[in-house]
Amino acid sequence: MTHPFLIFQWLEQQLHTHVGEHVTYTWFVMLLLTVLAFIVSRGIREVPSGWQNLMEAVVSGIENLIQETMGPKGKTYFPLIATLALFILVSNLIGLVPGFYPPTANLNTNAAMAITVFSMTHLIGLKEHKIAYLKHFMGPIIVLAPLIFIIELIGHLARPLSLSLRLFGNMYGHEIVLMIFFALVPFLLPIPMMLMGVLIAFIQAFVFTLLAMIYIAGSLEEAH
Amino acid sequence: MTFFAWCMIAAGFGMAIGSFGTGIGQGMAIKSAVEGVARNPSASGKILTTMMIGLAMIESLAIYVFVVAMIILFANPFTEQVMELAVR
Repeated sequence: MTHPFLIFQWLEQQLHTHVGEHVTYTWFVMLLLTVLAFIVSRGIREVPSGWQNLMEAVVSGIENLIQETMGPKGKTYFPLIATLALFILVSNLIGLVPGFYPPTANLNTNAAMAITVFSMTHLIGLKEHKIAYLKHFMGPIIVLAPLIFIIELIGHLARPLSLSLRLFGNMYGHEIVLMIFFALVPFLLPIPMMLMGVLIAFIQAFVFTLLAMIYIAGSLEEAH
Repeated sequence: MTFFAWCMIAAGFGMAIGSFGTGIGQGMAIKSAVEGVARNPSASGKILTTMMIGLAMIESLAIYVFVVAMIILFANPFTEQVMELAVR
């Protein structure tokens, strides 16, 4: 139920290597972003033009979003958030190119990112509050602490699950709908679905990064 | 083979029920967001952001149902046992 032809899958078969296509497409997205960043950062000018304009808009947009949701403390975590945002956006959009497959339509890629966010929130919380971070899980009344602790534990463990499954379900569902429409009527019918795919790609990248920001901001604030 | 027919019925009905509730939930969320923007158009940016997050949260319920439906259809854990029984 995936694409009939994938460039990197074909390349892999020619080279007789056995890595999944989501891994090769992840490498491709990484390469694309790295080369783009490298080229743009070579020729930085006082008055931006061309690619520099676009990249400055993207970076300042993410910076403003972090400022709004996380406050002044959030600026430290800009690299993590911006990497997640750019990687997810580009890998979602790459699925619209014929012969390419979005790496986010595989649960493994999403689980890796969600687990990174999950462990980062707790590491940041521990770094920020030291042992007092446990207060986040204790609730307001000390007598009820054991009960609240279990509830909070389940709530925190549900975060990576929902983060990864949401992105996976959206991207994979879009791929399947596109394939079914393509099998039914290949002429013009998949185009509205592809337009919706552009919308889904932007919204899901936005939601993933915003939720990551909210989780990190939640572990940064004082327990009360 | 009736097992697989029931699997398809289960996936279809599950998706229908899941999207039914999600549709109502998202409709209510959008209704309040539109009312909020109509009363105070200058707050539309913030309302849009919050609404998107809320919609994604609600939508994830339907996505869970979709994932379960896909597991039932394409990665059914009981396929081997059922095939063994069918051969016997």
